[in-house]
Amino acid sequence: MPPDTRAAISRPTPGFAASTLAIARKDMLIELRSRSVILSALAFAVLALTIFFFAWDPTAVAPIDLAPGVLWVIFTFSGLLGLHRSFGVEQPTRAMDALLAAPVSREAIYLGKLIANLGFVILVQAVSLPAVALLYNVPVGAYVLPLAGVVLLAAIGLVAVGTLFSAMAVSTRLAELLLPLLALPFFVPVILPAAQATARLMSGRAVSEVAGYIELLAAFDIVFLVTCTLAYPYTLEQ
Amino acid sequence: MKLSKLGVVAIAAVIAVGIRAIYFTPFDSLQGAAQKILYVHAPSAWVAFLAFGLVAVASILYLWLRDPKLDRVAESSAEVGLVFTTVVLITGPLWAKPVWGAYWTWDARLTLTLFLWFIYAGYIILRGAIDDFDMRARFSAVLGILGAMLVPFIHLSVYFFRTLHPMPVLLKPSAPSMPREMVITLVSSFLAFTLLYVWLLRERYKLAVERDAASDAMEAHS
Repeated sequence: MPPDTRAAISRPTPGFAASTLAIARKDMLIELRSRSVILSALAFAVLALTIFFFAWDPTAVAPIDLAPGVLWVIFTFSGLLGLHRSFGVEQPTRAMDALLAAPVSREAIYLGKLIANLGFVILVQAVSLPAVALLYNVPVGAYVLPLAGVVLLAAIGLVAVGTLFSAMAVSTRLAELLLPLLALPFFVPVILPAAQATARLMSGRAVSEVAGYIELLAAFDIVFLVTCTLAYPYTLEQ
Repeated sequence: MKLSKLGVVAIAAVIAVGIRAIYFTPFDSLQGAAQKILYVHAPSAWVAFLAFGLVAVASILYLWLRDPKLDRVAESSAEVGLVFTTVVLITGPLWAKPVWGAYWTWDARLTLTLFLWFIYAGYIILRGAIDDFDMRARFSAVLGILGAMLVPFIHLSVYFFRTLHPMPVLLKPSAPSMPREMVITLVSSFLAFTLLYVWLLRERYKLAVERDAASDAMEAHS
């Protein structure tokens, strides 16, 4: 037995948190080196933004009234773009089998993928939010923190269900076609309060007015983070 | 196809309720004949919720016990439930047009029903996209459970949407308490539609059993 193999065997199995982060790091590294999804998602976000601007009559609808809707449509669909890659990237070389053979718990695989997807979605949001603010002439400075909170809470909810459905969709015959079909109904209770809260914040209402929406988002996150983590092992061969 | 006894009873009950609703139940003083669609609309909505509730229960039990029968129950109930949800979505606008003034309003309950339809249409498409029996059963069980958990969230969010942002909608005026004849018709329509559901569920279940037996025989043969 070569010495480095022996060293690998004698090394203690990483704990739950360590293996979760290792998987998240692996996915982020792959994305960082290939930059395939992030570039297409960002290009999509900016293109969609310009198309939406010209889809309405600017003399009838003020850009500030469009901005929240545009923002959330972009978040939803650019998120879907990235989510499919999450498990799709394991497909061509059947890397998933190796991941399952590794001494990591299945919940850690799900959470690792979730963290990587969350990083990806937040990056797209971090670019498209200022882009919308700039191009639609929406001053966001006064409420940027509560807005970031709403965006983050919504991102967690979207990614929690999206990661699970991505795992399921890649194994089916329809693959990427199935993901939006399964995920979009689940995005509704996230997008709706998030977009409404964004619109209220953008029109200068008090943060206390959107508290109900924030609570709803937080409740969704907690319920679906727990359920999807528990459900993920059932999507794998027993 | 030969009708089972349950089928005969269920169809007869639905026809009897229909006749009672049309000829022997008084007209609504405000809505006139349009209100009679209630006797199809409300029991269909009840059956849809019953059917999707059964999908969730059968899904949880399947993941626990791994009995293929439970998967077939979930499959059958989802399909029958989708048919009744479609009935709700068709009869609703037909009733809404003369009474509310528009076919569609983004009313909380309407929106919820629409999304129920989307979830379970997705459920059936998911089932159709997987060949392996075991994987299909596991995936659809997960979706069946998550779908049921989503319902309260959709309800809450669309409720928020409507109440915080009231729209120019002619909401249904609070109806005066129903006369006895109407209540009897409504209750019997619930019973008749539930019978219809149970019958359709059983027939659909038998179909699933036969299909699985046939594919097993094909596999054994090849």
